[in-house]
Amino acid sequence: MNEPLLRVKDLKKYFGLKGGILAREVERVHAVDGVSFDIAPGETLGLVGESGCGKSTTGRCVLRLIEPTSGEVAFEGKDVIAMQGEDLRNLRRDMQIVFQDPFASLNPRMTVGAIIGEALIIHKLANNKSEIEDRVAALLQKVGLKSEQMRRYPHEFSGGQRQRIVIARALAVEPKLIVCDEPVSALDVSIQAQVINLLEDLQQELNLTFLFIAHDLSVVEHISDRVAVMYLGRIVEIAPSRDLYVNPLHPYTEALLSAVPIPDPTVKRKRIMLQGDVPNPINPPSGCHFHTRCPIKQDVCMREVPKLKPTKDGHFVACHLRG
Amino acid sequence: MAGSTPASPTVDAGAASAARYSPGLEAWRRFRKHKLAVVSAGILLVMILAILLGPFFWRVPINEIDFSARLAGPSWKHPFGTDDLGQDILARMLYGGRISLAVGLAAMLVAIVVGTIIGAIAGMSRGWLGMALMWLTDLFLSLPQLPLLLLVIYLFRDSLKAVFGPEGGVFILIVLVIGGLRWMPVARLVRAQFLSLREKEFVEAARALGASRRRQVVRHILPNALGPVIIAGTIDVAAAILAESTLSFLGLGFPPDIPTWGRLLFDSKDYLDIAAHWALFPGMAIFLAVVTINFIGDGLRDALDARRVL
Repeated sequence: MNEPLLRVKDLKKYFGLKGGILAREVERVHAVDGVSFDIAPGETLGLVGESGCGKSTTGRCVLRLIEPTSGEVAFEGKDVIAMQGEDLRNLRRDMQIVFQDPFASLNPRMTVGAIIGEALIIHKLANNKSEIEDRVAALLQKVGLKSEQMRRYPHEFSGGQRQRIVIARALAVEPKLIVCDEPVSALDVSIQAQVINLLEDLQQELNLTFLFIAHDLSVVEHISDRVAVMYLGRIVEIAPSRDLYVNPLHPYTEALLSAVPIPDPTVKRKRIMLQGDVPNPINPPSGCHFHTRCPIKQDVCMREVPKLKPTKDGHFVACHLRG
Repeated sequence: MAGSTPASPTVDAGAASAARYSPGLEAWRRFRKHKLAVVSAGILLVMILAILLGPFFWRVPINEIDFSARLAGPSWKHPFGTDDLGQDILARMLYGGRISLAVGLAAMLVAIVVGTIIGAIAGMSRGWLGMALMWLTDLFLSLPQLPLLLLVIYLFRDSLKAVFGPEGGVFILIVLVIGGLRWMPVARLVRAQFLSLREKEFVEAARALGASRRRQVVRHILPNALGPVIIAGTIDVAAAILAESTLSFLGLGFPPDIPTWGRLLFDSKDYLDIAAHWALFPGMAIFLAVVTINFIGDGLRDALDARRVL
């Protein structure tokens, strides 16, 4: 494999909960608890897991929208965590984010043109007003909207159109990496397909790299080259997407895959029902985080944290018993 | 934000594709659709013109004492009647209105500017600074206002008078004192708005684009926080006009011979049963000023909120 575009190593983010009269940190939420992965240029890495497992926090830490507690993030070999001031601003040109909720991620008081044009102004990518307008018009056309629509306000658009605006804003700075934080979960199924196809087309055309965060496995399977499965702040399995879907190794991945709905009522299959709820990330279980719900757990799972170890071509799993 | 109705998503008005377009023009177009606000703006304009130009047309002196016409009701000679010294109330109101309105508007501006700045800093700061500013706000809220007013005015009146002249000095002092004691609710309002807005995804998106903190505040947070502030500001105008009259009553405001609206109201209170007109006209003037400014504030808030279809 050639040099990765993004390398994340042992990333941790703990949120302190303050309490007591002195506002001391009394508890910590282990949102991201030692996550490592690489993304190659032009690749799409899917990041899946249920709500609250730390997917979005991971994405935001990569972009430094949240300051990680510890760990390394390297973009094109440069240390992202240590960046300050001008360096960080320049980094913002290379990495962008598309948010989950297109209704919350557009400023309701700015026109679409102003929203997209702002990126150009911040990074001085255009010299004057008409140049900004031309660029905004081109971006709108690129994401399938009309250039006249730049005078409109976000509330005049539907959810899918708004998500296109969000994508246009992210593209304005010509980034290399886009973190897509559940970009389609707020949309209708029919619109989901359109937006996914748009993202794929743009990836081809502009040679983009995606970190694609989602909880919908079928969406991720469609768009990703590789998929990483997260559970309670840790990656439990990471594999090329075909391989993962055909041959899941981790018991959690198996359970997740068995829950994907199949739009065919005649198909019968074994549904793996997990017992109990996701444990509280304030007090995650010892050893393997999944041991409280694992159907195949042994004593070793409660004592030792399983390492993410390779099995065969690019398939990694963090389980004492499998792989 | 609160209470505003998100508009339906389909507006295919031709206005959006007009060749010439500016946010200011658009806001004005939207403001004009708010009937009550436009009427209010008209009334306020008439009042302002009256107090600015009125004294040139209604040439009755404000301090001409005529005991033969004491407490007379409205007549052709004295359209608003006379007070206990037979002075013409219309002339006095035209003169005093300048001061009352100027004090009201200036004090509101002071309160809003100070409150917004302090609230914004407190809302953006995650550390001790925000907490310290909120303590300061609470401190000001808990101070007994009247003794403080007395103290400040006694301390600074003479030096300000020396610099800006008797009327100018008192004006500046009163505006600062009234504005300086009314910024706290605005600061709390702005801070609360900032606390919720700064976590919104569109602000995060601006951060992801590399927007400076200043840009985040000025372009993204502040415009979305201003709706309630405008309303609070218009209410402050009324409070400031009344506060000025309280000060005058205590002998701390303008000299007693300057007939501000609040002053006229206070002077009239002992004669309410025999000369109601004396209280009625200044009271109406204050009421009209307050109500119209309030409606204008309403109209402004809606005109600046693009989500409302107007």
